[in-house]
Amino acid sequence: MNALGVIAMTVLLALPAGAALVLVLVPGYRLGARLNIGAALFSLLAAISLFGAQPGANAYLRVDDFNLYLIVLNNLVSFTTSLFSASYIAHELESGRLTPQYLRFYHAMYQALIFAMNLALLANNIGLLWVAIELATLITVLMVGLYRTRAALEAAWKYFILGSLGIALALFGTILVYLAAQPVIGEGLPAMAWDQLLAHAAAFDPALLNLAFVFLLLGYGTKAGLVPLHAWLPDAHAEGPTPISAVLSGLLLNVALYAVLRFKMLMSANPAALAPGPLMIILGLLSLLFAALMLYRRGDIKRLFAYSSIEHMGIITFAFGMGGPLANFAGLLHMAMHSLTKSAIFFTVGHIAQARGTQRISTICGLTTTHPALGWGLVAGVLAIAGLPPFGVFTSEFLVVSSTFARQPLLALLLVLGLLLAFGTLLWRLHGMAFGESQGANTPVRSSSLPLLLHLGLVLVAGIWLPEPLVRWFQHVAALLG
Amino acid sequence: MHDLGFDIAHFLAGGMVVTSFLLLYQARLSALINVFALHSLVLTLAVGWQAFIQHAPHLYVTAGIALVFKALMIPTALHRIVRRLGIHRTLEVVGGVGRDMLAGAALVALAILVMLPVTATADPLAREDLAFALAVVLLGLLLMVTRQNAVSLVIGFMSLENGLVLAAAGARGMPLAVEISVAFSVLIALIVIGIFLFRIRERFDSVDMQAMDAFREERRR
Repeated sequence: MNALGVIAMTVLLALPAGAALVLVLVPGYRLGARLNIGAALFSLLAAISLFGAQPGANAYLRVDDFNLYLIVLNNLVSFTTSLFSASYIAHELESGRLTPQYLRFYHAMYQALIFAMNLALLANNIGLLWVAIELATLITVLMVGLYRTRAALEAAWKYFILGSLGIALALFGTILVYLAAQPVIGEGLPAMAWDQLLAHAAAFDPALLNLAFVFLLLGYGTKAGLVPLHAWLPDAHAEGPTPISAVLSGLLLNVALYAVLRFKMLMSANPAALAPGPLMIILGLLSLLFAALMLYRRGDIKRLFAYSSIEHMGIITFAFGMGGPLANFAGLLHMAMHSLTKSAIFFTVGHIAQARGTQRISTICGLTTTHPALGWGLVAGVLAIAGLPPFGVFTSEFLVVSSTFARQPLLALLLVLGLLLAFGTLLWRLHGMAFGESQGANTPVRSSSLPLLLHLGLVLVAGIWLPEPLVRWFQHVAALLG
Repeated sequence: MHDLGFDIAHFLAGGMVVTSFLLLYQARLSALINVFALHSLVLTLAVGWQAFIQHAPHLYVTAGIALVFKALMIPTALHRIVRRLGIHRTLEVVGGVGRDMLAGAALVALAILVMLPVTATADPLAREDLAFALAVVLLGLLLMVTRQNAVSLVIGFMSLENGLVLAAAGARGMPLAVEISVAFSVLIALIVIGIFLFRIRERFDSVDMQAMDAFREERRR
C-alpha cells in the first residue's frame, strides 16, 4: 500500500467525520458555513491527490479505477454545493424558515453525509458498504424533514419507510452473497471483501448468486430511485432544503447505483449465473418512460427536476444493462454529466424559489428579465439536461442511443421515444418559466454564480472535447465493468 | 444430521414465523407491542441457540443486543409513546383476519419454495434458517402494507429486521461487524422514529397515516 494514498484515504473519512463533530459545537452560522466549505475543500484536495497515489486495497477499504472517479466527483459536487449552501441558508435565516439551532444541526449532518458517501464508495467490504448506505439514508431522512412543515414531515416519513425497506432487502441480498462466497473463500472477513469476491466469483453457487442479485437490485434500486420503487424521490426532493436536493440527485443516487454495478460485476464474473443485463434494461426503460410521462403534469419546479433525475437514472441503468465497452463508457460519462448538470440546476432552482417565494411553476415566469443571471443559468442548465449539443449530456445520450441501435433497434426506439418526450416537456416548461411577463413577488437574492458556472463549464467542455487521458480512463473502467 | 440441536434450531426459527403470524391480527396497539416483544424474545433464543451449536461466541452478543434493545427497551419506549399520545385504547381496523392469514400462508410457502432449491448445496442448518428468515421478512412486509398507523408500521419494520438478524445468525461465520451494525441501525431508527412520532403529533394531532396522505401533491392543488 502506498503511504500517501493511505493518508488521503484516511483524510477522506476522518475529515468529514471530525468536521461533523466540530460543527455541532460551532454557534454562529457564518462560521459554520465557512468551516463546512473548508472541510469540503480539503476533502476534495485529498480525493484529487488519490490520482497521484492509489493506495490499493486492505481488508476494509479500497481505491481502484472505478470508485476513484466517483470519489472525486462526489467530493467536487459536495464542495460546490457547500458554496451554494452558504448563500442559500443565509436567505433562509433572514426569511425565518430556519433558526440558527437548526443550521448547526444542518451543517453537522451535511458533513456526516459526505462521510457516509465517501465510506460507501471506499468500502472494500459488502457489509461496510451496506452500513454506509444505511447511514446516508438516515441522515438524509433527517435533512428532508428539516423545515418541519406538514409536507416536509410527510416526505421524510415516506422516504424513511421506503428507504428502510430498500435497505432491508439489500441486507438480505448481502447475506446471500456471503453464503454463496463462504464455501469457496472460507468463513470470516475475506468472504465479504470485494477483491476476494471478484477473484473467486466464478466458483460461487449460481442459484444463490441469482437470488442475491434480485434482492440487491431491488434494495439498492430503491435508493437509486428506479421505477416502481421511486415513490419517495419526488417528495424528498421537493420538500427538503435545496442543497440537499442537489446532493441527493447528484450524489446519493450515484452511490446507490455504484453498489448495484459492483454486484453486477460479480454476476458477470460467474458464467453460470443469470445475465443481469435484461433485468437492468427493463428497470431502466421503465424508469425512463414513466418519468418522461410524469414530467408533463408537474406543478412544482423541484418535483419537475426530481422526475428528471428518475429519467436519467433510468438511462444510466439502461446503458449499464446493455453492457459492452461503448454502452458502459456512455453510462459512466452520463453518471458524471448528470450529477454535474442536475446539481447546477438545483443551485439555480433554490435561488429562484427564494426570489419568487414559491415553487409553483405556474406562478414563475419572466425570469430572464427580472433575474438575468438566474434565468439564463436555468436556461443553460435545462438545455444541458434535456440533451442538446454542445453539452456533455448530449454526448453520453448519443452514445447510449447509437450503441443500442447497433444491437437492439427496437429497444432503441423506446429509448428515443422517452428521451424525446422528456426533451419536449422540459423545454416547454422552461419557456414558461424563463420568458414572458413577470408577475408576483420579486425579492432580490444574493446568489453566488461560481458553483453554477463551474458545473456548466465542465459539462460544456466535456461535450466539446474530452481529454485523451480521460477517455482512456473511462474505456479502461468500462472494460472492467464487463 | 437430524439431531436434537438441529431440531431445536428449527423449532425456534419456526417459532418466529408463528409469532409473525400473531402480529398480523393484533388490533390493539398495546397488544401489538407486546407480541413484538415476544417476537424479539424468540429471536434472542434462536440466535442464542445458533451461537451454542455453531460454537460462535460473538453470536451471544447479537442475542444479548436483541434481548436488551428489542425485547425490553424498544417495547417499553413504544408503550410510553403510545400512552403519551393517548392512542393506547384505539382499535385499528385490520382489513380482515382471514385475508391476511391466507396471504401470510402464501408468503411462507413462497419463501420455502424459493429458498430450499436455491440453497441445495448449503449447510442444512443455514438452509432452513434462511427459509424461515425470508418468511419472517415477507410477513413483516405484509404487516407494513396492511396497517395505516405509524406505530404499527414501525413494528412491522422491526419484525422485518428481526428476520434479517435471524438470517445473519444462520450464515456460519458471518463477521460481527454486520450484526452490531444491524442492532445499531435499529437503535438509530428508533431515535428517528421517536422524533418523528412526536413531530407528527405536534403537527397533526394524529398518527394515522391516512391523515398524512391527504397532503399529497395531487390533492393539494
